[in-house]
Amino acid sequence: MSKIDPLALAGAKSKGKRPYFLETDVERLTNIVLVLAQELAVVRERTDTLERLLEQSGVLTRQEIETFTPTKQQADERGAWTQEYLARVFRVLQQEREALHTQEASSEEVADELAKV
Amino acid sequence: MSSLVSDKPKAEPARTYDGPPDYRVVGQHGMYPHLSHDEISRFNFLAHMNRHLSTQIMPGVKEAFDARVEPKFAAANGRGFKDRHEVRKALLKDSLFQWWSALRRATMETRQQAGRWVTLRQADQLNAKAKALTEHDQRLKLNPDLPLPRYVEAIDHHCMPGSYHTELTDGDVTGPCNYDIGIFATTGGMLGRYNDGGGQAIAAWVKETLPDLKPKRILDIGAGLGHNVLPIAQAFPDAEVVAIDVGAPMLRYGLARAKTMGVDNISFVQGDVSDLSDLADESFDMIHSCMFLHETSYASMPKIFAETHRLLKPGGIVFHVEQPQYTPEMPLFEQAMRDWDAFYNNEPFWTKMHEVDLDSWMVSAGFARDKLMHSGVAAVVDPDVFPQAAKDTKQEDYGRKAAWHVVGAVK
Repeated sequence: MSKIDPLALAGAKSKGKRPYFLETDVERLTNIVLVLAQELAVVRERTDTLERLLEQSGVLTRQEIETFTPTKQQADERGAWTQEYLARVFRVLQQEREALHTQEASSEEVADELAKV
Repeated sequence: MSSLVSDKPKAEPARTYDGPPDYRVVGQHGMYPHLSHDEISRFNFLAHMNRHLSTQIMPGVKEAFDARVEPKFAAANGRGFKDRHEVRKALLKDSLFQWWSALRRATMETRQQAGRWVTLRQADQLNAKAKALTEHDQRLKLNPDLPLPRYVEAIDHHCMPGSYHTELTDGDVTGPCNYDIGIFATTGGMLGRYNDGGGQAIAAWVKETLPDLKPKRILDIGAGLGHNVLPIAQAFPDAEVVAIDVGAPMLRYGLARAKTMGVDNISFVQGDVSDLSDLADESFDMIHSCMFLHETSYASMPKIFAETHRLLKPGGIVFHVEQPQYTPEMPLFEQAMRDWDAFYNNEPFWTKMHEVDLDSWMVSAGFARDKLMHSGVAAVVDPDVFPQAAKDTKQEDYGRKAAWHVVGAVK
């Protein structure tokens, strides 16, 4: 095993206090979004490679991908996946909405209550 | 069949592509690490990101400056800007400048992480390869007792964690390897196949300017991993070339890299270029630096210039390649934009270095004023594959464009 851990060290900070140009939380989020954008480009490029290789080897043509029309069942399956996906991504807003209609104690408050003798 | 898309292939592309080439055009020398498909895609994305920032977003900063930053300042103060620092401080309050800056900084940090991941995951193999290539080779002269200059120790230049000198383990070369593989992303491919567009330009400039120069000994100060000195060593194959840098990993990687590229006339010597007392007076015909002075300090620059004067043979040539100086003719907005790297990309001396009168410093070091020379060069790259800085009118990536000024002197 190497003594060098890339997971820990690849993202190391460079020496020197970091400047922030936006509100710090906004800028932190911007950095996270930039990397997600990068990883999306990576996946997109990999898919593109895959399509071109499949086309080269005669498995399919990219034209077939462009003109693909799902059957009713395939479309339903894909639609269901998209709904699940969006439900996962926007979970926090769903819960925010549910909380509108409740008056609940926090776990910390319940902890205090349960500790009363 | 119902279809929203045409089932015929489009005959013509929607637009003519004008952008960075695919990363795979980068030259694979013998010290090159393995890059996976996805690791290459990261560099492709980052090259595009930098180009997008300089061609699509940065022009908006100038528009915002003209439309609101400058008028707002004038209204509030009853006068215009008096220097570049006032301009920068006003820009810092503008949302477009803030967003451009935040994204530019984020892109630089993301580039570092992408490159470090590649080199650190295969650190043991890279370090073993470098060791096999450099062990017992007399051309690598390291000095572990050399004190680090404050300008290297204080801050990691261009947000490169560990800078030029840090060794994560004995014989480490992962830092310079990361530097080498990622320049493509930072410059959008402007520096060519082996990141040597600067060195190629210097070699061509010397041959054109001084066709009779047949240097026997050449000194490159602040050579880094030697990417710019290689074309010079190749242009003068009979010359003995000495490349000096303070960072041991750079020199180790530099020699290994040069050897795999078949360049054998360079020694890589660890030293602080403000004191090269190990080298004899008047022992070089040509001394140069490439994008180095801006990473030093006021305290070291006169010493560096004095050392170049001492080391140069009579009739020899010294020159320094840098981004242009801030002259009174340069608009304050441009000066402020060029200062971005100084304050926000860990290049602290950049701002001060670019305001000095380099001619006077050269004269103080002993060079005759009538022997000074000034010129301009742009990266020389394979134009079939790489974008050419000299012809690129779409971007002025203040301070990062691959076009430079040359300040020099004949002794």
